[in-house]
Amino acid sequence: MNIIEIENLSYEYVLPQDSDAADSGEKRLRVLNGINLSFERGTFTAVLGANGSGKSTLAKLLNGILIPTAGKVFVNGIDTADERRVYDVRQSVGMVFQNPDNQIVSAVVEEDVAFALENLGVAPSDIRARIDEAMRTVDIYHLRKSAPHLLSGGQKQRVAIAGVIAMAPGCIVLDEPTAMLDPAGRAEVLSTARRLCREQGITIIYITHYMEEAATADRVVVMSRGSVVMDGKPAGVFSQVERVRALELDVPQVTELIHSLKGQIKDDKLSGIIITEEACADELTALFERRGVPKNRGVLKKAAEISAVNKSGISAVEFSHVSHIYGTGTPYQHTAIDDISFTIDEGEFIGIIGHTGSGKSTLIQHINGLLKPSSGEIRLFSKNIWEKDKKKRGKGAKEPPALQTVRFTAGLVFQYSEYQLFEETVYKDIAFGPKNMGLTEKEIKQRVLQAADAMGVERSWLERSPFDLSGGEKRRVALAGVIAMQPRVLILDEPAAGLDPHGRESILEHINRLHKDADGKLTILLISHSMEDIVRFAGRIIVMNGGKVAFFEPTPNVFSDAGRLTDMKLSLPQTARLAERLRKAGYPLPGGAYTVSSALDSIKSLLGV
Amino acid sequence: MLSDITIGQYFPGESPVHKMDARVKIIMSFAYVALLFTCQNFFALAAAAVFAFLLYFIAHISIRLIFKSVKPILPLIIFTGLLNLFFIKGGEILFHRAFITIYEDGVKTSVFMMVRVIALIVGMSLLTYTTSPVMLTDAIESLLSPLKRLRFPVHELAMMMTIALRFIPTLIEETEKIMSAQKARGAQLDTGGIKAKAKALVPVLVPLFISAFKRANELATAMECRCYRGGTGRTRLKQPRVSGVDFLGAGVLLLVLGVIVALNILL
Repeated sequence: MNIIEIENLSYEYVLPQDSDAADSGEKRLRVLNGINLSFERGTFTAVLGANGSGKSTLAKLLNGILIPTAGKVFVNGIDTADERRVYDVRQSVGMVFQNPDNQIVSAVVEEDVAFALENLGVAPSDIRARIDEAMRTVDIYHLRKSAPHLLSGGQKQRVAIAGVIAMAPGCIVLDEPTAMLDPAGRAEVLSTARRLCREQGITIIYITHYMEEAATADRVVVMSRGSVVMDGKPAGVFSQVERVRALELDVPQVTELIHSLKGQIKDDKLSGIIITEEACADELTALFERRGVPKNRGVLKKAAEISAVNKSGISAVEFSHVSHIYGTGTPYQHTAIDDISFTIDEGEFIGIIGHTGSGKSTLIQHINGLLKPSSGEIRLFSKNIWEKDKKKRGKGAKEPPALQTVRFTAGLVFQYSEYQLFEETVYKDIAFGPKNMGLTEKEIKQRVLQAADAMGVERSWLERSPFDLSGGEKRRVALAGVIAMQPRVLILDEPAAGLDPHGRESILEHINRLHKDADGKLTILLISHSMEDIVRFAGRIIVMNGGKVAFFEPTPNVFSDAGRLTDMKLSLPQTARLAERLRKAGYPLPGGAYTVSSALDSIKSLLGV
Repeated sequence: MLSDITIGQYFPGESPVHKMDARVKIIMSFAYVALLFTCQNFFALAAAAVFAFLLYFIAHISIRLIFKSVKPILPLIIFTGLLNLFFIKGGEILFHRAFITIYEDGVKTSVFMMVRVIALIVGMSLLTYTTSPVMLTDAIESLLSPLKRLRFPVHELAMMMTIALRFIPTLIEETEKIMSAQKARGAQLDTGGIKAKAKALVPVLVPLFISAFKRANELATAMECRCYRGGTGRTRLKQPRVSGVDFLGAGVLLLVLGVIVALNILL
């Protein structure tokens, strides 16, 4: 029995008219093209597709927010274009969106959860019973009196889900619900969705950019340029690695690992259809047994043997006993970072990880003097950045003039940096930083072009409004705006967050190339929740926990003990989790397995090929 | 910095003050203002102030918050105080030098006015401290509902207020983020004259507005998805109901009014 039937669906957006081209008629952009799909009641379907493939438009067509240009969408047999039944449709198909802040209406959790039922005119006593049940189902009942802005991202999304399930829908569409969340929040939302499907029989349509999330679905639908291009069980879809890649998507790390391994060793028994780490570990254990690899042979090498980190000996960023206390003397007093000391050398690529609230953001805002330490000293290229403050202060300024120079030396790019764009053209926006440095027009131009090239900002965009660009393109412009100041230290807070796999890859590749091309003259600090991204580039990793540096070690070393990372609520790369399973099965991987290629090398050396 | 603003903040609780019907509370708040202006001497004013403090005590709202709510308008209070101090003539001369003369009545009026304004702010703040924004807007909607006949968009107004209250903390947080991001690009937001400062705000305000519009757009879609269709046929989770607490509160207020009138006459 299908809850949703889509027949030959097409959708066109009417583009805003140019005033000078008013007589040329309406311009239309076709985003969906002859889609036929149906969703079976009680199933969990993941929908994948690069940005601009039409996923979000499809979602909005499923509950009548948008009405098809051609074709039909039926929900429980009701045509979504039937205006008289529109609230029946919306009640049957609930929606959860990407940004948790922008879908919560009320300043109190329980009142927000009640919003839909109030709109439907349900009697107050029934509303009470239904929202209590909904809040208990997603485990936010204890937060019912809280203000939404004080909740974590995962909790906010569960509030949104509760508001939807209170309507008792047959189906919930989640449009990238985890894109803005940290790993803990992502796990909360995914497991909630899975539980609703399993225990309450609610049909789930889950749009995501995370392949590991999709791998656990009953079915995967892949969209590209407004059409459905792949549709089937996750194993069937992801095993076509080349095809998935060609669609600007990714496959789970273990799928990629087995795929590469199959290409390099001849073994007919090795399955090519692996999408979970359990299956991968079983497959590899069987392989090792077939090849007669002795158990417990490889011992993990110590870091000193694996990696001699190149250190220049020139101190770029130095913290000594830095602490920061927010709201001193108020009931909200809170020590965000506590007695932190470390030294980063010029030219290093440093990764910083830690769960939300571990003090990462506070830490990085000290490097360029946005925050002043409560105690301790920060040195940038051996110079105490707050020194001048003691001697004399700038006239009328709250901050010493030297701090501005500090900010040009240590360039900081915030999370979701595209939200800082404000100028009329991309060129002017990138030029904002250099202009504040007081450079000449000629120098500014040279720097803007150089920074634009470094981040892959095309010349043709420079005279366009930054707001006409796509999300990933805007992000690159924002990064170029900081790079144009030619900082010697570049600090990047989650530069790839919320982008599709292709956009992520592009940003990270540009950053990596920038670091390589600078030839030891650029120090990079990359802050990310994504262990996978950090381990590929960082030479050393700072792990933050509870406002302290838990440890600061060369990358391969960080994973020598998986337990201490999971104790700090950090999620390991999938390959590292795989290595952990193999170690328990008696096959420790000799070189570690923090990336796909290191895992592959380790497996091959164990096999002796 | 920006997040220090407490006006309009709600502190959930289970006290009798919290449980009162928001409509009654609104009417009582305005009655309290009127009551403050009927006070003609310090004793009457003290009675009114004690009443407000008593309500804070019953509502379990920290006294510290009183100072926080008064802080933003402190310059205004001081200005009013000084104006009265220098310009009211009467009674004994307490201080005289050059062109400044301070009379006894000046001091009295000045202190009286300042206490009255502070009591007013403190009293009105209690309304928002103990009433959830949604209850408050529901109450305003209910109180204004007779205006619907005149085609005044009462429900829409209430909805706008609800959303504004919900998004104020979010937008404050966002403003701080954008300011940090622009400072990281070398923007100097707190230097120079008024013109330079105004110009320096452009890089903060433009992104803030763009983001606010984006949020508004997404919120509108999210509301539609949850079957929002305006005020007609809408029910409420919490049906406002006048109960014993409300009669008690109104009774106490009347009593205080009686005391004040008596003090006005007797002293």
